[in-house]
Order: sequence, then structure tokens, then C-alpha cells
Amino acid sequence: MIPPVLSAINAGKIYPGGIEALRNANLTIAPGEFVCLIGASGCGKSTLLRMIAGFETVTSGQIIVRGKEVTGPGPDRGMVFQDYGLFPWLTIRKNIAFGPIARGKSKAEAMATADRFVSMMGLDRFADSYPHQLSGGMKQRVAIGRVLANDARMALMDEPFGALDAMTRERLQEELLTIWRATGLSVVFVTHSLEEAIYLADRVVVMSPGPGRIVAEERITLERPRDVSSPQFNDIRRHLAALLHADHAREAA
Amino acid sequence: MSEAVETLPLERAPARIDATPLLRIVVPVVLLMGWWAETALHPGGLIPAPSEVGVALWDLAFGGINDDAFSQMLLPDLIASASRVYGAFVLAAAVALPLGMLIGRLRLVREMLEPTLQVLRPVPVTAWLPLSMIMFGIGPKSAFFLVALGSFFPILLNTIFAVRSVEPRLFEAAQMLGVSPARLFPKVVLPASLPGMFTGLRLGLGLAWVVIVVGEMTGVQTGLGAMIMDARQLSRTEIVIAGMAVIGVAGFLSDYAVLMLGRKLLAWSPQHG
Repeated sequence: MIPPVLSAINAGKIYPGGIEALRNANLTIAPGEFVCLIGASGCGKSTLLRMIAGFETVTSGQIIVRGKEVTGPGPDRGMVFQDYGLFPWLTIRKNIAFGPIARGKSKAEAMATADRFVSMMGLDRFADSYPHQLSGGMKQRVAIGRVLANDARMALMDEPFGALDAMTRERLQEELLTIWRATGLSVVFVTHSLEEAIYLADRVVVMSPGPGRIVAEERITLERPRDVSSPQFNDIRRHLAALLHADHAREAA
Repeated sequence: MSEAVETLPLERAPARIDATPLLRIVVPVVLLMGWWAETALHPGGLIPAPSEVGVALWDLAFGGINDDAFSQMLLPDLIASASRVYGAFVLAAAVALPLGMLIGRLRLVREMLEPTLQVLRPVPVTAWLPLSMIMFGIGPKSAFFLVALGSFFPILLNTIFAVRSVEPRLFEAAQMLGVSPARLFPKVVLPASLPGMFTGLRLGLGLAWVVIVVGEMTGVQTGLGAMIMDARQLSRTEIVIAGMAVIGVAGFLSDYAVLMLGRKLLAWSPQHG
């Protein structure tokens, strides 16, 4: 059996003040797997993602990435934020070259790498523009490009398309799948859209609040490209919606 | 979206005349006319007419009219004041920028220095005048100190604010791309706070021009402030006003130059570019 790139073992998070954001999360991700975390707000999906990224510490259990316990952020786990997090003082090309330079690559090498990913992400026209001159969709392309340019083995995506309009979102979902197939990247993708999760993922992990925890996992075996209006797609959606809402009902009761 | 709104009138009415220059001179013209009317209604009053100030300005610049102690002194006085303004400004910036970064980033330094600075800050430069003359003597050193003091606080406070308000997301982004915590300062804090520091520098330089007259009350022989003080003692109010006008224009041009520089250097910032 191939060893997982990531395993969370009974991972939990209690914030100072006693708020329990996540309890006993167990999750393994195989190399090249695309996993979506879904759930209502407060279900701990972002907390889990940020613990994998190393931005938050675990307060119980552990998170292991390729054999090593996570102790802090690192370039092997590239993060794509909903609000982009681009460096406003750098041009698009230099934003993408930022990671390689930070890791000690020569300027020439970093720029060559950046140029490759500028082209790959369809950003040639904007290579010398600054982030504030770009649309949200373009900014998110830059954010994905800089993670890829930094040789990340795993992409952690925190509702990356949540702030984009529907058309742009669909295009970026398509492009993300193309890149994912081409690179063999492992992806952990947080979303609150069931449709997005089922469209993208190999596996959907359903989470629930109060305290945040993993309640179900569903492997999606539909052929890609997936047809969001097919009956099979809707069957899965109905099934997962029931899992999501079962919990809401219990909360309300 | 703003782009679309801005280009819209151009497309619809290409022949429209730009009224901006007109808008900009309305207030000065009204003020000048009010001043002129006031002096015309009260001839022999204490306020000189605009024409008298104009003549005084000409004589200050080129001489040939009064040929007194003020004639042709405009350029030397302007150079003396400008060198104090810029010299003191550079000194203030050289202290305030690093100090502001330290206060902004290091809790220890912040706790140690902030109370003292907050108490010193409201003390006006004029109140420092006597003490400054005791500490630095009568003359240019005192002037230098007072002007530097005037521009110090805006630079310091804006620098502190700038380095403290760097978006936390940018630290996360840099760290997940491989920047070590020790390298966050040069890689993130410094560039991210440049616009804020620039605002501080701009305000500081502006204030240096504001306090130059006070600074030159310290018994210096040259400078626009000294000129105004001399003229005041001789009741040469037209020279006082001419000096005020020169300071106003010099300060404005100096600020404009800084603004243009900022636009060039901070093209990436939506506030400056």
C-alpha cells in the first residue's frame, strides 16, 4: 500500500478560552488524491486545513505529512486563500517567483520558473501588472500559480473560489482539475458548496459543527468531466445533503 | 468599475472642455479680490494692498526698488530655509523611521518608549523654543532642532502604524512559500509598510515647512522665518506677507515633488499609483 501523504490522527483543536473547534479528526489522503472538506460554518473544516498548513497548532492528536509531524508552515504545503494573499508590491511575475527566491533559488532560475507558470496560468498579458489591477479570478490564478511554481506537493485550498462569480468559478474549477491531473498534486479543498465538492473531488469529507468533527466520507466515482445535471450526480448530492442536514435537524431539535 | 465610469464622459462628449483649472483658481481669485477690496476701502490701514506686496516681492527677488536690507534677499533666504527644512527633515526621518519600525514590531521597545513619546507629542514646537535655545544656543543649531522635532512625530507615528497594520494574511502567505520567521521583516513588513511610511514622510516634510518660521525665531540671521521676524519688527507688513507667500509656494512645490516621487515608487499601491 502506498503510504499516505497526509494523515490526521485524532486531531483536535481547543482554542484558549475553551472553544472546541475540532474534535478527533481522522483523515488520510493518498498521493495525488483530491479531497473536499465540506460543512456548515463552525464545523472545523478551515481549522483542520489551517492545522495541516501549520498555521494552527493541534491541541490533541497529531497531523503527519509524508512521515513527519507538522510543526509549522512549509513550502511542501502550498495554501490558496479565499482572499488571495498576494503581495501587492510585487508584479504578477515576481509574486510567482517569490517562493522559489525565498527557498534560495537564483534570481534567474526563479524568474524562468515564474515565466513558465505565468504562461501555464494564462497570465502572460498581466505578467508585469500589479495585483490590484487584476480581477478576482485572475488573482486566484496567480495564487494557484505561485503554489505550483514553488514545487508544492500538496495544495491546501480554503474556499478559493468562494468570492468569485459563477462563470469564473466554473472556469477555474475546470482549470484546477486540468492542472491537478497534469501534476499529480494532492489537493485538500475546503468549500461550502456541495455541488463544487462533488464536481471536483475523489472523496468528499462531510463535517459538522458543535464541536467540529468529521461525520462521513463519500468516495465519488463518477467519470470526469462530471455532469452536474445528471441523475447520478443528483443522487450523490441528495445523499450528502441528507448527511449535512441530519445534523442541522439534530441541532435544532 | 471606476475605470468604466471615468471613461464614460469622454466617450459621450469628446468635445467637452475640462473645467478643472478654472475650479482650482476660483477660490484664490475670490480671496485676492476680497483682500484688494478691503485695502481699497480702508486706505492707510495696517494691511498692505496686494499691489504693495507684489512690489515688495519683486524687490525681495530682484532689488532695484527699495534697495534696503531686504532687497535681493529672497534667494539666499529661501536657500537658507530650504536647507534647514530638508536637513532637519532628513535627520528626523533617519531617527523616526528605524525607531518607528522597532516600536511597531517589538513589544519591549513599544512598552518602554510609547508612554514617553505620547506625552512629548502634544508639546508644541513653539514651547520648545526657549529650551532649545538654552540647549543648542542662539542660531542655526536651535532652528535645526526645532524643525526636526516638528517633522519627527508624523513620521514616527505613521511608521509605527504602518508596520503594525500589515495584513496577517501576508505573513501566512510568505511562510507557506518558505520564508523563515526571521526573514519576514525584510520580505513582508518592510515592503508592505512603505506606503504608510511614505505618508509619514510627506506629512513630516510638510510640517518642517510649517515650523521653519518658529525655528528661525532662534536668532538666526538668514532664512524666510528670520526675514519675516525682521520685517515684523520694522512694521514692514508687505514683506511679512511676501514671505508667507514664498513659504506657501515653496512648501507646495516641495510636497508636489514628493507626491510625484511617491507615485513613481509606489505604483503598485492603489492609494499612490
